Amino acid sequence: MNTEIFLGALRLKNPVLAASGTFGYGEEFKDFLKPKDIGAIVTKTITFSPRQGNLPPRITETAAGMLNSIGLENKGLDDFIKNKAPGFRKLKTPVIVSIAGDSPREYGELAKKLCAAGISAIELNLSCPNLKNSKLISQDPKTTYEVVKAVRKAAKAAIIAKLTPNVTDIREIAIAAEEAGADSVSLVNTFLGMGIDVNTRRPRLGNITGGLSGPAIKPIALRMVWETAGVVKIPVVGMGGIMTADEALEFIIAGASAVEIGTANFIEPKTSLNVVSGIKDYMRKNKIKDIKELIGSIRYK
Amino acid sequence: MKKIIIQEKIKIISNSRVGRNHFRLILCAKRIASLSIPGQFIEVRVAEGYEPLLRRPFSIHHVKGPNIEIFYQAIGRGTEILSRKKAGEFLDVIGPLGKGFSILNTQYSILVAGGMGVAPLVFLAEKLKECKSKNAKCKIVVLLGAKTKNHIFCQKEFKKAGCDVKISTDDGSSGFGGRVTDLLKSVLLNTQYLILNTQIYACGPKPMLKEIGGIVASCGLAAQVSLEEYMACGIGACLGCAAQTKSGYKYVCKDGPVFKAEELT
Ligand SMILES: Cc1cc2nc3c(=O)[nH]c(=O)nc-3n(C[C@H](O)[C@H](O)[C@H](O)COP(=O)(O)OP(=O)(O)OC[C@H]3O[C@@H](n4cnc5c(N)ncnc54)[C@H](O)[C@@H]3O)c2cc1C
Ligand SMILES: Cc1cc2nc3c(=O)[nH]c(=O)nc-3n(C[C@H](O)[C@H](O)[C@H](O)COP(=O)(O)O)c2cc1C
Ligand code: FES
Repeated sequence: MNTEIFLGALRLKNPVLAASGTFGYGEEFKDFLKPKDIGAIVTKTITFSPRQGNLPPRITETAAGMLNSIGLENKGLDDFIKNKAPGFRKLKTPVIVSIAGDSPREYGELAKKLCAAGISAIELNLSCPNLKNSKLISQDPKTTYEVVKAVRKAAKAAIIAKLTPNVTDIREIAIAAEEAGADSVSLVNTFLGMGIDVNTRRPRLGNITGGLSGPAIKPIALRMVWETAGVVKIPVVGMGGIMTADEALEFIIAGASAVEIGTANFIEPKTSLNVVSGIKDYMRKNKIKDIKELIGSIRYK
Repeated sequence: MKKIIIQEKIKIISNSRVGRNHFRLILCAKRIASLSIPGQFIEVRVAEGYEPLLRRPFSIHHVKGPNIEIFYQAIGRGTEILSRKKAGEFLDVIGPLGKGFSILNTQYSILVAGGMGVAPLVFLAEKLKECKSKNAKCKIVVLLGAKTKNHIFCQKEFKKAGCDVKISTDDGSSGFGGRVTDLLKSVLLNTQYLILNTQIYACGPKPMLKEIGGIVASCGLAAQVSLEEYMACGIGACLGCAAQTKSGYKYVCKDGPVFKAEELT
């Protein structure tokens, strides 16, 4: 049975990844699973300079989901290269570094320095504010194109462009990323939402608004992945509310080449492992020899 | 010591009501029990489905042989579901989590509990008692603060651990009338308590802990305080449980829940 897939030059032994911001830098889950058993780990997003993050509370629960407003808290690139990157080899699985910047140039710089430090795969977190207007980078096809292009030029790494779902038509953004040279696109990041405590009438999050994730978003995420897979030729990495192998299979059948597991890691830290073995069971049962046979195999009649 | 976190499906030995909406849950969790220290907590998955979705954190209240005990208040969806669980059912639990109290062998230990903050302090008192049995001069004073008389719990447990228990109630229905921080101030008027021989341990609502920070700063004593914050992962991966400290944000689940009072802002 073959579960291997490629995202550009990046080879994954299976199509199940841990999503950015939900798996730390890989180390945190060592008591629950062996990283080598999952396809890859995507790190918490790092930025050039250290970031403080948002005011607490940063988390609140919603119906079958959660809102977070962490605010890209991280210790910055230099600390990452010095203190985190050296530990990656021990994890024995590819580590994809998620990055965010405030301009195409900064994304390019980050990617270049990471490549120089031996990183071979990068996920571009394009859900960051664009300094030029009040939009997020991946809310605008033109800025998306510019950022991906800048990274493509600056670095040899495999590039995954991660898109925000807070758009009218995700297809045009995905196409812009593809045209700029992304090796794959991943979606979805969180949906912007909010919650209010009626007793105090105050917002439940220190930052007022935050990103919705978890089972609640799955049907919308699945629809967006399906739409995107229909218009780009590069692989699509699907995520949003995946808790079980069946849900991961839905994304794969809709056209995703791989899936990322996010919020589920908090509830059941072994979810990614369970999804890998569930996908294998499904393949065995349905006599599927290669995961590629499943990708985009949705039947309309 | 290398920290190990266990995930286990563990059996409920008993889950009994001890107050209007206060409960004691005893779980058979041999591996977690053997690793736990006072101040640490566990993350409990109270339902298999997605309501509620996230695990709920609870302090380890008491450890006896292979059993751990949780003392909790049913105040919302998760804790209400938990309160309906029956002996013999299983719960998915992760723990022990976080950094607990540093147990210092000072002559005087003053434990200050505000409301449900009493939960981790019983386990602490029991461990302190073990130190005490080596040094007969040691004295443990417990200040139990609650809204009203019916909300005072665990007196018996503290007394069993040889503690001197003092009570405060906001409405004056039992013991000292007023806040537990005021009781602490009056206790500290006794000049026998010095930085060299006294350690204060506290758990309760944030305003109370902040005030304790102020009190100890003004009289030159040291305190360890246990914080609460909303949590998702409980293991330092999501950065959701950030609490502001003098040295920037710290994570309650991993750097805490116990912090030095002087670190709080
Ligand atoms: C380290 C730690 C140890 C804890 N130990 C205990 C314990 O020993 N006994 C005990 O009864 N409780 C303890 N708590 C608090 C307990 O986790 C919450 O009461 C519980 O999660 C509420 O869940 P719920 O679904 O019933 O309430 P929800 O419906 O989620 O909320 C009900 C109310 O509780 C508040 N709340 C929810 N979660 C928290 C939280 N994590 N911290 C503060 N307020 C919260 C909400 O704002 C709301 O007003 C601890 C919390 C932490 C972080
Ligand atoms: C607490 C938390 C932190 C996150 N941090 C990041 C981040 O730093 N970078 C990023 O690209 N996505 C981040 N995400 C988004 C997830 O990677 C994922 O896209 C989203 O949560 C949807 O998947 P899920 O429903 O499986 O969680 C975060 C999500 C959560 C819940
Ligand atoms: S709860 Fe996730 S870092 Fe503390």
